Amino acid sequence: MERDALIDLRGVEMHFNMSRERLDSLKEYALRLAKGRLLYEDFTALAGIDLAVRRGDVLGVVGLNGSGKSTLLKIVSGILRPTRGTVRVEGTVAPLIELGAGFDLELTARENIFLNGAVLGHSKREMRARFEEIVEFSGMRGFLDVPMKNYSTGMVARIAFSVATCVRPDILLVDEILSVGDHQFVKKCEERIAGMMAEGTTVFLVSHDLAEVRRLCTRAIWLERGRIRAEGPADAVCAAYEAGG
Amino acid sequence: MRTKEAAAGLLRYRFLLANLILKDLRLKYRRSVLGVLWSVLNPLLMMLVMTAVFSRIFRVAVENYPVFYLTGSTLFAFLGEATTGAMGSVTGSASLLRKVRVPKSVFPLEKVLFASVNYLFSLVAVVVMFVVLGQPFHWTFALFWLPALFTGAFALGVGLALASLSVFFRDIVHLYSVLLVAWQFATPVLYPYEALPESIQALMIWNPMYHYVQVARMVLMHGIVPSAKEMAVCAGMALAALALGAAVFRAKRDRFVLYV
Ligand SMILES: Nc1ncnc2c1ncn2[C@@H]1O[C@H](COP(=O)(O)OP(=O)(O)OP(=O)(O)O)[C@@H](O)[C@H]1O
Ligand SMILES: [Mg+2]
Repeated sequence: MERDALIDLRGVEMHFNMSRERLDSLKEYALRLAKGRLLYEDFTALAGIDLAVRRGDVLGVVGLNGSGKSTLLKIVSGILRPTRGTVRVEGTVAPLIELGAGFDLELTARENIFLNGAVLGHSKREMRARFEEIVEFSGMRGFLDVPMKNYSTGMVARIAFSVATCVRPDILLVDEILSVGDHQFVKKCEERIAGMMAEGTTVFLVSHDLAEVRRLCTRAIWLERGRIRAEGPADAVCAAYEAGG
Repeated sequence: MRTKEAAAGLLRYRFLLANLILKDLRLKYRRSVLGVLWSVLNPLLMMLVMTAVFSRIFRVAVENYPVFYLTGSTLFAFLGEATTGAMGSVTGSASLLRKVRVPKSVFPLEKVLFASVNYLFSLVAVVVMFVVLGQPFHWTFALFWLPALFTGAFALGVGLALASLSVFFRDIVHLYSVLLVAWQFATPVLYPYEALPESIQALMIWNPMYHYVQVARMVLMHGIVPSAKEMAVCAGMALAALALGAAVFRAKRDRFVLYV
């Protein structure tokens, strides 16, 4: 076990059962039990993941669709508990995985900022203190009291990103969330993320944009069908991925 | 140790808890002209129906039937609302569970607290009827929180277990709604304990809701402070349900996100 690692994954495995839909009633369950087969179709999304990330690392995660990148981030954030293996994460985590959790589009942006903050575990006082900054960063001041169902996708993402990054975390998990913003806002987001990196925040960056990975990341891993195919300096891993993927 | 951690987690998320309760309250009373008043009116209207049916038609021999009925039925309604709400709370929060990490017990707990708020509103109905019918207020009325606390803790235990099970077996929801009706008939809410045959009376001690309804009537109606033994039974049953429900929930909670 790495001593100074902020994130330490050992032998992590994640299984999903794909046929679960058909087994959610008691009748089905009883029938299957009677037939003596309660076997699910097991799908291994991640296997044999050993990974240590140190303070200040900026780790890029690349791989084809369905290779397990989002699953890996969800395990680090604690949304998913791995089927096997151990996960140790030290410090506060800001997950930019699925933004806007808990948004109720019937409510106004003002109400949603507080709701989303609450979902992320912030207190009322913290949210009051940061409200101004959140509104300022989102650039949505003019639309604060409009129900969010009248927002465009990008506008919702602006609010969500602003809330998610209002507290400087120890660990930032970014999963392709910048795709819906306009270039102006994406630039602002990247600046904020870069600022956090400069202050020593550890970052997990999932991206299909290899130029971005090369630019921002110090290290990278390449996931292939749930396993780590390559690990090392971002440049080398990206080059291998381009050549082999 | 794990209990302590869970408590700390919940404490950190109290703002979320408050927000969810407010959201539920808004949802419940939005677009109804009479707003919160419905929580008071509903038990009163129900009481009129039940009084007509049971006191006039079936001639159930109870003194002051409306008050008798109301003190029991509001508490049972609290149990029903709390457990049913808690049962659907995890499946109902699927989108949150898939997106962020939150202590999962927030959801059943929120529904029980929401039901408690509604119970407080319905107690206003009880007060109104006391005034209208000239029922005397005893000082023990101030102990109204006692049966509410027992019922709430018990309901949380039952709700935690139901919430876990309903993630894996959705049809529990239908079974439970039937069970709840049966349970109410098996509890002296509409009729007095004395009306039961002796053989069934003996079984009543195993029904926690029988104890809680009795305690509610003692403190609200009769001005009696429950005996230490009665309170110990009430608390014991609530704690047992809580421990059992928490154990089931804890065993299953890591798998919720895969099934909701
Ligand atoms: N909740 C789930 N239930 C069943 N299977 C799942 C679940 N979540 C993910 N999977 C499966 O796990 C695999 C990895 O998914 P994941 O979302 O991690 O891929 P990804 O690398 O993020 O892909 P993309 O580049 O498209 O975002 C996929 O095959 C997917 O079908
Ligand atoms: Mg993904």
